[in-house]
Amino acid sequence: MTLIDTLHYTLTTFRAHRLRLSLMLLATAIGVASVVILTSLGEGARNYVINEFSSMGSNLIIVFPGKAETTGALPPVVGEAPNDLTIDDAMALKRILGITHIAPINIGSAPIDWRRRERETTIIGGNHALATIQNIELAEGEFLPDIDPRKTSPVAVIGAKIREDLFGNQPALGEWIRIEDYRFRVIGVTRSAGTAMGINRDEIVIIPVASAQQLFNTPSLFRILIHTRNRENIEQVRDDTVAMITKRHDGEEDVTVITQDAVLSAFDRILGALTMTVAGIASVSLLVAGVLIMNVMLISVSQRRGEIGLLKAVGASSRQILWLFISEAALLSLLGGLIGIALGIGVSELLAQLYPTLPIAPPGWVIGAALSICLGSGILFGVLPAKHAARLDPVTALARR
Amino acid sequence: MSPIIQLNGIARHFQVGEQRVKALDHIDLTIEQGGYMAVMGPSGSGKSTLLNMIGLLDRPTAGEYLLNGHETTALSDDEQATVRREQIGFVFQFFHLVPRLSARENIELPMLLAGIDPTERHQRANKLLTDYRITDRADHRPDQLSGGQRQRVAIARATVMQPKIILADEPTGNLDRSNGHEVMEIIEQLNREGITLIMVTHDPELGARAHEQIRIVDGQITEHLRR
Repeated sequence: MTLIDTLHYTLTTFRAHRLRLSLMLLATAIGVASVVILTSLGEGARNYVINEFSSMGSNLIIVFPGKAETTGALPPVVGEAPNDLTIDDAMALKRILGITHIAPINIGSAPIDWRRRERETTIIGGNHALATIQNIELAEGEFLPDIDPRKTSPVAVIGAKIREDLFGNQPALGEWIRIEDYRFRVIGVTRSAGTAMGINRDEIVIIPVASAQQLFNTPSLFRILIHTRNRENIEQVRDDTVAMITKRHDGEEDVTVITQDAVLSAFDRILGALTMTVAGIASVSLLVAGVLIMNVMLISVSQRRGEIGLLKAVGASSRQILWLFISEAALLSLLGGLIGIALGIGVSELLAQLYPTLPIAPPGWVIGAALSICLGSGILFGVLPAKHAARLDPVTALARR
Repeated sequence: MSPIIQLNGIARHFQVGEQRVKALDHIDLTIEQGGYMAVMGPSGSGKSTLLNMIGLLDRPTAGEYLLNGHETTALSDDEQATVRREQIGFVFQFFHLVPRLSARENIELPMLLAGIDPTERHQRANKLLTDYRITDRADHRPDQLSGGQRQRVAIARATVMQPKIILADEPTGNLDRSNGHEVMEIIEQLNREGITLIMVTHDPELGARAHEQIRIVDGQITEHLRR
């Protein structure tokens, strides 16, 4: 029996049992569609997080004060505070090959006001290089001047939202705002940029790092951000940075240095695993669809006993009958799978329209994976009914009308 | 003439609950090539079992069955299917047409299983549709055909592979007199063309038309008449 004849024969059974066919197609399609939709959502979340990190700036190395260690030892009896991370540490890093920009950072919260309009906001101490490293774009004026970061300067760059809240329609550039007891002149306004790393970039005020240290009365830094020349030397720069700061801190390795790549790949792994888990849960519904196919095929075999007996009488071997019923199950699940994929892509598109911030799209691999799982379960669950059919005794099958 | 079918000590036992039923009990039978035999007997006597045995749909519990001089009981499932397809045609009381297939598709079914290409399938089916005067019903499904038409489709299906043997189980049992007569005409014409015909019937009038008559009671041949 040729493949085309087998297909044609199977299609005649589909035509004869339209309701049964559509119910089985529906079950399979729902299973496949849920796999496609849930992985689309998972991938959307993953891409969203990756985009967030990417907007922090690329080729980024971040230096934290303090060493994150998980050792089983008891804490030292004499508490030894780690050395502060200072602006001098940041300046010293300039000697490392491959670094293009360094931004020492301080962060804090303080009330700001202009002509009695007041609000609390996040203050970031930075320098000229910060704009490059963090991809900060300006709507008006200019960014912090390129001066020695150890020097204070009464200038500030304000976020788009702050500008709106404090100044409304009035011009902001050149105006003096007050942060605690210090006065700063507004020299720039950032372009609206949204959130990155949980900080709303539109609601910050950036002042020179030395001024911020003065404001918050601290000699230490919150972070040092380093921009490297290219991706390839990022690990080398990381190691050099650790070595340099350790040397400056009397041989004690008391900083944590992470690369953006490491953070990204960690999140990538976590969210990737999440997507797989969700896909796994969704494939349970495929399994259920498979059991349904088996059930309906078993009913179909007992309803078609006469036909099976006749096929044997006119010369079909048990193997041909087996093959005929397995291909019926396979064709059924393939059709259901294709419908499910179309449905899944459609719903994903719809969700993407509804939540434009999430980049929801089914990943390419899921189409192939869902189809092959679906086909596989169809064949697997088709085997048992097909074996029933093949084993049917033609004499008893023909004895009934 | 050489025997086409030779049964030596064929038995078929069924286990029904505790009891062992002997549907066929040591049957010895020889049928010549081109013969015409009627199998008579009360219902439940084993005549259908004998027909199924000859048609390789059932395997004997004991004995040997030579078809064309070849032992068949040791053949595999695949080999038996091939023999059925190429040498044996079945005609049933209840026609056993596939309800969702048209008359033509039903006739083509054995050729489909044999893997014969569509052009030849069509030619052979067309010839039989013409021979049996059902060309205008070719694309109708069985439920749109009369009993006589259905049985003619079934006979066309049984002969389309040009078998050596036709096995007919009460072929007129479900037909009125005139249709029954017409079907018998077709089947007997096949026999005149050289096909061996074995027919199960309980109608003595039909049985009398055969060249040979056997009577089965409780799985044993009690009478064997030759004309």
